[in-house]
Amino acid sequence: MNVIVCIKQVPSLTDVQIDPENGRLKRDGVESVINPFDEYAIEEGVRIREKVGGKVVVITMGPPQAESALREALSRGADEAFLISDRAFRGSDTLATSYTLSSAIKFIGNYDIIICGKQALDGDTAQVGPGVAEMLNIPHIAYVKKIELLGDKLIRVERMMEDGYDLIESSFPILLTVVKEINIPRIPSLRGKMFSKKASIKTLDAATIGVDAKRIGFSGSPTQVMKTFSPPQRNNCGEKFSGDAKEIAIALVKRLSTLGIV
Amino acid sequence: MVMDYMLSEEEKMIVETARVIAIEKVKPLREYYDEKEEFPWDIVKEFAKADLFATYIPKEYGGFGNGIMGLVLVVEELCKVDGAISLSLAATALGVFPILIAGNEEQKKKYLPDIASGKKIAAFGLTEAGAGSDVTGMTTTATKDGDYYILNGAKCFITNGGDAETYTIFAKTNPSRGARGISCFILEKGDIGFSFGKKEKKMGIRASSTRELVFNNCKIHKCRLLGREGQGLMIAQTTLDNSRPGVAAQALGIATGALNEAVDYARKRIQFGQPIASFQAIQHMLAEMATEIEAARALLYASARMIDSGKVKRTSKESAMAKLFCSEVAMKVTVNAVQIFGGYGYTREYPVEKMMRDAKITTLYEGTSQIQKNEIALNLIKEYVAKSR
Repeated sequence: MNVIVCIKQVPSLTDVQIDPENGRLKRDGVESVINPFDEYAIEEGVRIREKVGGKVVVITMGPPQAESALREALSRGADEAFLISDRAFRGSDTLATSYTLSSAIKFIGNYDIIICGKQALDGDTAQVGPGVAEMLNIPHIAYVKKIELLGDKLIRVERMMEDGYDLIESSFPILLTVVKEINIPRIPSLRGKMFSKKASIKTLDAATIGVDAKRIGFSGSPTQVMKTFSPPQRNNCGEKFSGDAKEIAIALVKRLSTLGIV
Repeated sequence: MVMDYMLSEEEKMIVETARVIAIEKVKPLREYYDEKEEFPWDIVKEFAKADLFATYIPKEYGGFGNGIMGLVLVVEELCKVDGAISLSLAATALGVFPILIAGNEEQKKKYLPDIASGKKIAAFGLTEAGAGSDVTGMTTTATKDGDYYILNGAKCFITNGGDAETYTIFAKTNPSRGARGISCFILEKGDIGFSFGKKEKKMGIRASSTRELVFNNCKIHKCRLLGREGQGLMIAQTTLDNSRPGVAAQALGIATGALNEAVDYARKRIQFGQPIASFQAIQHMLAEMATEIEAARALLYASARMIDSGKVKRTSKESAMAKLFCSEVAMKVTVNAVQIFGGYGYTREYPVEKMMRDAKITTLYEGTSQIQKNEIALNLIKEYVAKSR
């Protein structure tokens, strides 16, 4: 069973800043980490390989420094890594990113399962995973909290819902996005760290994966950030009732019925 | 925070891996295991998964070949958080050194890979009720019977006793030859006639098992003999040369952990309207603690590097110096850490009282501080005599 795991390098939650000029995240000088949801994706991929064999290939689209995220993924048990990097990819929105990643996956080929984290910590859109599946014309199941392999033709997953979970079966290939309930990611072992340090990571540029120049980067991105702002702080919100318990209750019910809530 | 000791990339990875395991896996459970006095199997499994058992084992037997320095770095890092749980690993090294030192190829291939992977842990059986510092006073015997040896006697205070699978045991094969009549054997849990006796209740390192080993007509094949008959004492002494830096690392880790706690507390504890860290009395204590810890670290790392260089045959003096200094510093630093915490430090609310209890053992086992001084002085004088000839 060959697994491709898509990961993203994101700024560490501890010090996120937004550039007031263009409203984008400031990435320079900020510590970068693997998107936390993608850690579950890596772990699940490695567990599948440990159970049934095959290999785990991890990919990311990003600037050259995103290589460190790939190395970390290798230290957590992945076998191979590709960095999808080209200046032409800059400014990609979720559509262009989905297109670029799916092109890279077609180039790499030979996969049964693609696993992504359910969403990235910075963009928070949860669109890229399903987007990739659409571009590859394969089924996808999002918010997966359990994976069960029923032989080499069938997979059964639990999809997390607000009121329980759906049990879904599918054929391969398939793309899954996973939630944090699915596993506890391992701590990188010494052997894993030593392997990741020595491993060679191939860079795939636009020419190599053969993308349409109009569908990547800024030009391939219909989403444009018009303006970003911090919502103004709301003052005077909330009302305080005073008196004894009975008076407060009466006042509260009166107010709620004025508002049409009760 | 710490000085630059020119650690290699691999050594830095060892430290980082052990640090994460200590914080994420050991710290949440340290009070539990101290209180319950149970063997921390679930954490041992984490050590194994992270490959921490493999650092000092040579590459050809499934390890990483990082030598004594590799062991020291792991033990120090783990002990910054807890000085007892990591003993499952440190005492395994002690039990394995006789095989590394005197084992033949077959013995090494049989036992070391399972140790490196953490599948099995080991223990070292030298001490007896009547034979502590005076090893030659031991009464356990191994009598030759054809292709077999028959062991009779008992060992006490054996770390990992009962929980380990692999044991290196010292017994007299020729009682009339005194120091030259001792031999070393590999025993396995489950050998007929090999059983476990009393489990000690201790002041500190309570997450570590300390148990009596009993041999009652325990018959083992001669392929379990390490080295040759009569080499036991030499194997034991060389083992201690290699393992004492491990005890020193345990002491250093505990001391560093106590200093971290003390600095943190001193900055938060407000008395007379200001943090107690602003008082010179506290500052001077912290300054002394930090300086002594750094001196201890420099001495320990230098000793470990000297052993790993393989340039000298014996390092008894240097190993003893590292163990003596680090363990005495650990005792002093942990006592002072409790002092800085005041009454709170004496309660089990805070980790420093446990650190103080755990630190004490490092001045006692693998030779008391007094025995280390004997070792240092003896070798010092020997070296001068050799020079003056």
